[in-house]
Amino acid sequence: MNPAFSVIVFTTLSGTGFGLWFWLALRIALGDQAEWFDGIGWALGLIAGGVLVAVGVIASLWHLGKPMRVWRAFSQWRSSWMSREGVFAIACMAVAAATVLVQSSLLDLPHEPVAMRVLCALLAPLCLAAIYSTAMIYGSLKTIAAWRHPLVAPVYLLFALVGGGILFGVFAGTTMDRPNLVGAGILVGAIALAMTKLRYWWAIDREPLSLDRGDAVGLPGREVSVFERPHTEANYLNREMGFVVARKHARKLRVIALVLCVLVPALCALPMLLLPHGGPAVLYWGAALSFQLGAMVERWLFFAEAKHVVMLYY
Amino acid sequence: MTALPPHTEKKLGLVIDLDTCVGCHACATSCKEWNATGYSAPLTDQDNQGPDPHGTWLNRVHSYEVGDGASSRTVHFPRSCLHCETPACVTVCPTGASYKRAEDGIVLVDEDKCIGCKLCSWACPYGAREHSAVEGVMKKCTLCVDRIYNEHLPEADRQPACVQACPTRARHFGDLGDPESDVSKLVAERNGVALMPELGYNPVNRYLPPRPRRTGGDAPAPQEETLDTTKLPPLLRWLDKVLSR
Repeated sequence: MNPAFSVIVFTTLSGTGFGLWFWLALRIALGDQAEWFDGIGWALGLIAGGVLVAVGVIASLWHLGKPMRVWRAFSQWRSSWMSREGVFAIACMAVAAATVLVQSSLLDLPHEPVAMRVLCALLAPLCLAAIYSTAMIYGSLKTIAAWRHPLVAPVYLLFALVGGGILFGVFAGTTMDRPNLVGAGILVGAIALAMTKLRYWWAIDREPLSLDRGDAVGLPGREVSVFERPHTEANYLNREMGFVVARKHARKLRVIALVLCVLVPALCALPMLLLPHGGPAVLYWGAALSFQLGAMVERWLFFAEAKHVVMLYY
Repeated sequence: MTALPPHTEKKLGLVIDLDTCVGCHACATSCKEWNATGYSAPLTDQDNQGPDPHGTWLNRVHSYEVGDGASSRTVHFPRSCLHCETPACVTVCPTGASYKRAEDGIVLVDEDKCIGCKLCSWACPYGAREHSAVEGVMKKCTLCVDRIYNEHLPEADRQPACVQACPTRARHFGDLGDPESDVSKLVAERNGVALMPELGYNPVNRYLPPRPRRTGGDAPAPQEETLDTTKLPPLLRWLDKVLSR
């Protein structure tokens, strides 16, 4: 599949944004009551998550042929994962915006801490639903075996939660009672991510396509080879589904993705775990930057390596 | 609405005979001609006089070699929308632009609602949908919905453009939901097949596989020539002798 830059930016950035919101929401809903200073960290984190989600969503509009009609995409949530993704994304934005508004004391509510806890208890599961819906846009397509794999959704969730977790450390790590917990979380998340992604790559490398060209043209069991293509130049299908550049460099790119997404954050997480107060801020920023770059490489491969069944006709 | 109708009154579709199709592309060009001005208009091409001509077509004709050696044959394979009974291209659509008609089962795109996200083309295993970069929306076979019900046309012309254009009558149009229809009988008689039914989209269109060779598979090799000169009449024997020198 053609790895459209807009879709890569959308899935990685909005995923990290939802992940960041998820951890902030859990902290606010279940943790100690917000102090004034903590509140700034949280508010900044909530706004940063919003920027990431917004940039991702705007990037996804780039992929559309008619972006001005995007409001129509919220209507078919009964059957379409893409529509569900849009609905959950908007719901997350609304709840996160409400949380920032309540926290900013502009409204001067009588039960501000309670209101924030309630809103954040709503935000956390909404974020998970949005990430899961993004994954299922791809995971629901029977035409692309590598996307249909049951590990696609867990991988998307892990990428969002680890990426968001590192950023949570950036914005609110020092406000935790035990800041070293963030380092431990990043370490565990990175290892889980590596194991899941390696298992996924192992599986897609070994699962042969169950259909061949004979099945595609209605002559199953017969040996069918291309005699003449229907058109001399590439068409939409060849450009969109027939992307082959990545497979040549897949192995190297997989190593690069794992180094950036797992090794570097894990090495940064060790001092976060061991040093008092969770270590210096530069570690969190370094891990976050490395992880985002790695996630883009991984997402590029996710598209570029996937083979579409329609290519059997060519 | 992207919800599929639980039941369609008719299952209009095409039956394509892979035995008689000669791969002339008349169906593809007549489809392009009709739909460039009809329901799907405009059906644009880009750089059509330049070095990289490409465009949107609703019907494509592939040519394949089937089998190997003496028993091999060329099979021409027109590929267009199969108007599936449970099409994923419809259910994945976020806007409701893709829909399946309850009255006749035709799968259509409402281009005024399409946002051009291309997800439906990813969901289709048959490559039936092509995104038009010029209009920014998805295009697909309409089964010539603007011909088959068109009362301004003579009754004989109320069939898809591709069916009418086919010089070998390899394309047939009708109601595949009615077992008594001509197309259903044809499918039963010739053991018509659905493409990749294991994917579960229940295509309506059927393809008639090439008929078996009359010789029944491998044709026997021609006999080698043998000449026993001793059995020839004397005059020919003498001639053979002279000419063999």
